[in-house]
Amino acid sequence: MDDFYREFILDHYKNPHNFGELADATHRYHDTNPLCGDEITMYLKIGDGDVVEDVAFSGKGCAISQASASILTDEVRGKTLDELRAFDKEHVLDSLGITLSPARIKCALLSLKALKGSAWGLTEWPGEEAKSS
Amino acid sequence: MPLTASRHETALDVERIRADFPILSRPMNGKPLVYLDNAATSQKPRQVIDAMSAVYEECNANIHRGVYELSIRTSELFEGAREKVARFINAPHAREVIFVRNATEGANLVLNSWAREHVGTGDVIVTTVLEHHSNFVPWQQLAQQAGARLIVVDIDEEGRLKRDEYTAALALHPKLVAITHASNGLGTVTPAKELVTEAHAAGAVVLLDGAQSVPHSKVDVRDLDCDFLIFSGHKMLAPPGSGVVWGRAALLEKMRPFLYGGDMIATVTVARSSWNELPWKFEAGTSAYVDAIGLGAAVDYLEAVGMGRIHEHERALVGYALPKIMAIPGVTVFGPMTLDDRVGVISFAIEGIHPHDVAQIFDSEGVCVRAGHHCNQPLMERLGTPATTRASFYLYNTVAECDALVAAIGTAKRVFKV
Repeated sequence: MDDFYREFILDHYKNPHNFGELADATHRYHDTNPLCGDEITMYLKIGDGDVVEDVAFSGKGCAISQASASILTDEVRGKTLDELRAFDKEHVLDSLGITLSPARIKCALLSLKALKGSAWGLTEWPGEEAKSS
Repeated sequence: MPLTASRHETALDVERIRADFPILSRPMNGKPLVYLDNAATSQKPRQVIDAMSAVYEECNANIHRGVYELSIRTSELFEGAREKVARFINAPHAREVIFVRNATEGANLVLNSWAREHVGTGDVIVTTVLEHHSNFVPWQQLAQQAGARLIVVDIDEEGRLKRDEYTAALALHPKLVAITHASNGLGTVTPAKELVTEAHAAGAVVLLDGAQSVPHSKVDVRDLDCDFLIFSGHKMLAPPGSGVVWGRAALLEKMRPFLYGGDMIATVTVARSSWNELPWKFEAGTSAYVDAIGLGAAVDYLEAVGMGRIHEHERALVGYALPKIMAIPGVTVFGPMTLDDRVGVISFAIEGIHPHDVAQIFDSEGVCVRAGHHCNQPLMERLGTPATTRASFYLYNTVAECDALVAAIGTAKRVFKV
């Protein structure tokens, strides 16, 4: 267990990078993990040439979801929207460097989903029913 | 009172009970299995597993259809299970016991067969913020579809219903009051009998959600005087797929069927159909009869142990664990701080650690607890937290397991350095 919650994951959880709201965001996307109530909003400020000038995320949730968002957002500045859209889940899981049970993989990938949602300019994930009725 | 034990009953022989549950002797991550997620589902004793295997091995045939020996025998076991359940909840008639898959399906049966005919535009439905989604979402949706008004009674700081709000809601003469008998999220036991009396005086029909009370205490529908009671077998030693709606015969007889198809009919012509008698009018298609027979065996088991003893045992475990958990710095316990109106549920938060992380660390210690919103999102919103960690007890849990729970909280705090 000390291996699972290794030092760098706890550091990212307790002192997340790029945490907060981005007032001049051009793209934003909010998503939740209904299983455990994790929440992430991803903010992107896209400049000339579709390049990410700034990034931030806000939210609350378990150490895995929040650390994953912190680690992921560190990699985003300077990338193009197309590069963000091509990020894959293996990459995110590799950067966490721990073996996750099926129940926790959703926590780890929530930030990627929010990042992709914002990069594609979505307001709602395609193919899902309306979130409230 | 339904939730108190007779004084002459003696303590449980927990070790003997544990020996009946094969799963409890398996290790978990190299440690003894400490199963504290009984509010989600219970483990099954050998007696229930055997009763179900015996059907498959000795007499399996579809119920209510064959004239041959096997079908007659299976039908007798199925209807025998209904009689056991009826006796267990002190129902006036076995035909008032309808087998469904679970409490959720039970709520939907009452929604479709009763509420859609009796709740219309401008009518009022009263429920509470304590409800499991199973007894909340159906009424929220009905209110939206029928143009009715849903009033959600709030709780106080210890998770008890605000009685003045309840009384004020009843002054609006609701058609339906749908209320939990015991909260799966906080463990709060509601004063159901008083709530029913008050609701009847206001002219309402009352549905009680017994999913967390029927498995843990003597629930008597005649004493409570409710109109419908729903509960799930899988939380009371029986298999998933065995659930119950109990309803007053006078109401059930006037209700239209829930599902249409085989077994629920009296006669069918090309032009029209007529309906079978109670309870089969509500049991379309081949019932989950093996699961129902398993529920009958579970009822036998629970009655042999004694519901009063089970309730006292769980009360003793909570009485032991609650002060120890509350004394840990950084831990907040939700729900009533007294034992009198609490079932064996302890819902808590550890400052600086998300419940999912808590549950993961507990798992490595062999301790199974639920982390999340417990299908209680309106309640979580009311408590101002997205999720809690919940330990919930049953007849086979021990004081040593309470110690393991307390030790696991210490481990979680050590891992997270809080």
